[in-house]
Amino acid sequence: MAEEMKDMILEYVVDEYVDEDDDLDVTFNTPLISSGIVDSFSMVSLKVFLEKKFKISLPDSEATPEAFDTVDRICTLVRKHQG
Amino acid sequence: MSNIGSYEKRKENFSWDIAKQVLGWKQGEVLNIGAMCSDRICAQGKGDKKALIWQGFGGKQKTYTFNDLRVLSSGYAKFLQDLGVKPGEKVCLFMDKIPELYISFLGVLKMGAVAQPLFSAFGDESLEVRLFSADTKVILTTRKHVKKVRKIQDRLPALEKIVVVEGNPNKLRDEEIFFNVEDAPVEDFEVYKSETETPSVLHYTSGTTGQPKGAQHVHGSVWGQALTTSWVLDLKDDDIYWCTADPGWVTGTSYGIIGPWSLGVTQCVLDSGFTSAAWYQFIQDNKVTVWYSAPTAIRSLMRDGEELVKKYDLSSLRHLASVGEPLNSEAVIWSEKVYGLPFLDTFWQTETGAMMITNFPGMKIKPGSMGKPFPGIEAGILDLKTNEPVTEPGTVGLIAFRPGWPSMFREYVKKPDIYRSKFVGASENAMPPELRTDKSLWYVSGDRASFDKDGYYWFVGRDDDVINTGGHLVGPFEIESALVEHEAIAEAAAIGKPDAVNMEVVKVFVTLNPGYEPSDDLELNIMNFIRKRLSPLAMPQEIEYTEKLPKTRSGKILRRYLKALEWGEEVGDLSTLEDD
Repeated sequence: MAEEMKDMILEYVVDEYVDEDDDLDVTFNTPLISSGIVDSFSMVSLKVFLEKKFKISLPDSEATPEAFDTVDRICTLVRKHQG
Repeated sequence: MSNIGSYEKRKENFSWDIAKQVLGWKQGEVLNIGAMCSDRICAQGKGDKKALIWQGFGGKQKTYTFNDLRVLSSGYAKFLQDLGVKPGEKVCLFMDKIPELYISFLGVLKMGAVAQPLFSAFGDESLEVRLFSADTKVILTTRKHVKKVRKIQDRLPALEKIVVVEGNPNKLRDEEIFFNVEDAPVEDFEVYKSETETPSVLHYTSGTTGQPKGAQHVHGSVWGQALTTSWVLDLKDDDIYWCTADPGWVTGTSYGIIGPWSLGVTQCVLDSGFTSAAWYQFIQDNKVTVWYSAPTAIRSLMRDGEELVKKYDLSSLRHLASVGEPLNSEAVIWSEKVYGLPFLDTFWQTETGAMMITNFPGMKIKPGSMGKPFPGIEAGILDLKTNEPVTEPGTVGLIAFRPGWPSMFREYVKKPDIYRSKFVGASENAMPPELRTDKSLWYVSGDRASFDKDGYYWFVGRDDDVINTGGHLVGPFEIESALVEHEAIAEAAAIGKPDAVNMEVVKVFVTLNPGYEPSDDLELNIMNFIRKRLSPLAMPQEIEYTEKLPKTRSGKILRRYLKALEWGEEVGDLSTLEDD
């Protein structure tokens, strides 16, 4: 289940934020925000994706650039809110 | 002792010529912003002084002296000249906050062309509208962003050259030019002899109706930018200054380039997005003394709390200021508590080119107030119905200014009628040169405020439908136009909805075409559609599906009705509302 979640999030990030010719190999540990792949303004759409897809509600206080910086960290956050 | 000293005395004895004294500028010198921020500082013996301390993603750092700025900006100037760019032609700068952006900005101005910086997060449609409107001749961009230009270049007949100034040169197309200024510094460049009214910088700003408008500024704006930088930001020769704004917006050029560098002050740039910890670390590492930021960032810092502040040594800070949207009193009080310094609010806009109403160093601060008009600026509040100046403190009206300050925008590109509409009292056929100098008129800002008995101004809100999100103005028309290009959407209305951090975020109401149903996937699809086409700022953070949008009998969507409902305000006169 955890791996499935990771794959789903990674796929979304690559589809929405990475261009085909970017030559970027995005993995579960690739910095997203602190590397500029996902700009801080665009975090909102990523947050909405997570909330819709995993039926959770992420408080703004926890949806921070640090918490969204890698797919691994995002998964940790999602799992916490899945209860 | 602050640079301004006594606000009241400065008001009494004011002349914009004081800016020339502050800069040590003598009659007969070339009035060219590019040279004033580089060559001129070197001529003052500060060539070896640090001009730019830059940090990017992954902690990458670069430092440039004023002499570096001089030879590298001349490198850009010569390159553009050799490319065939003529004075007055528009050169777009479309890149992240990398050193090339700051240096090429000076280079464009040095050779007499007009610098048109655009926010690098703009999607291809936002980019196209602005390049088409300006008849932009050349775009300087990076490998990362050239893809957006490729998508639209066929629809831009005036665009002759695409130049990539950073990134991997091996992946460019044949018609694209790669230019690395580090390989082509120029020692001696004959700077274009611009004058007060020579066009310099072109910034686009959004309005309620129609596409964004290009606000044209001139080289003579430097007097306003330099003097406000000196008196409001209080920059001194040994300061380390950090303006967090992006030069794709006016704060990033007026106070992120022109103000500090015309005064020969060292500035820092952090190009790695926002996290509170990274920002504090940056202040600590660079011993930042003066910090000019925005309420959205300040509220985000507040959210991350006081404990985080205590982990860093921020004792270098001596003066803080804010711009972009009204700074709430809680943020002022909080900053004084945790940094030992209040953020001082400043009010101005793309069109004004420089600060207009501000809180000054040494002045009694009323948290939540915009402050007082800058010396030399005649401000007023105009009655909402009669447009006459109000005299009673506390009366809400339109913020207006008498024309004629140096950094005032000179025109909206190709839109003289819209320019005229910004001036109360303008005659029917008046053109920009007369409008901007006629002191019997009022330039109306589009914002509402009141003043109190002590002459402090208090912001109330926009007077139109423009959405202010995180200090950036977003036009509802732009969003609606893009939304109806989505295959699922029949009609759309965009408004600003209240947000604790960003002041407003975009909310849209849409009706769907036959065959489409609301769903989570569709919602995300629409959000990302707008994010990529326009920008992340324009992306709706809420989408409400509706069967029908409220319209006037003539078919115009009533945004104000939707906004009033959203904000819990009176909906006002609905006599023009279409019957069911």
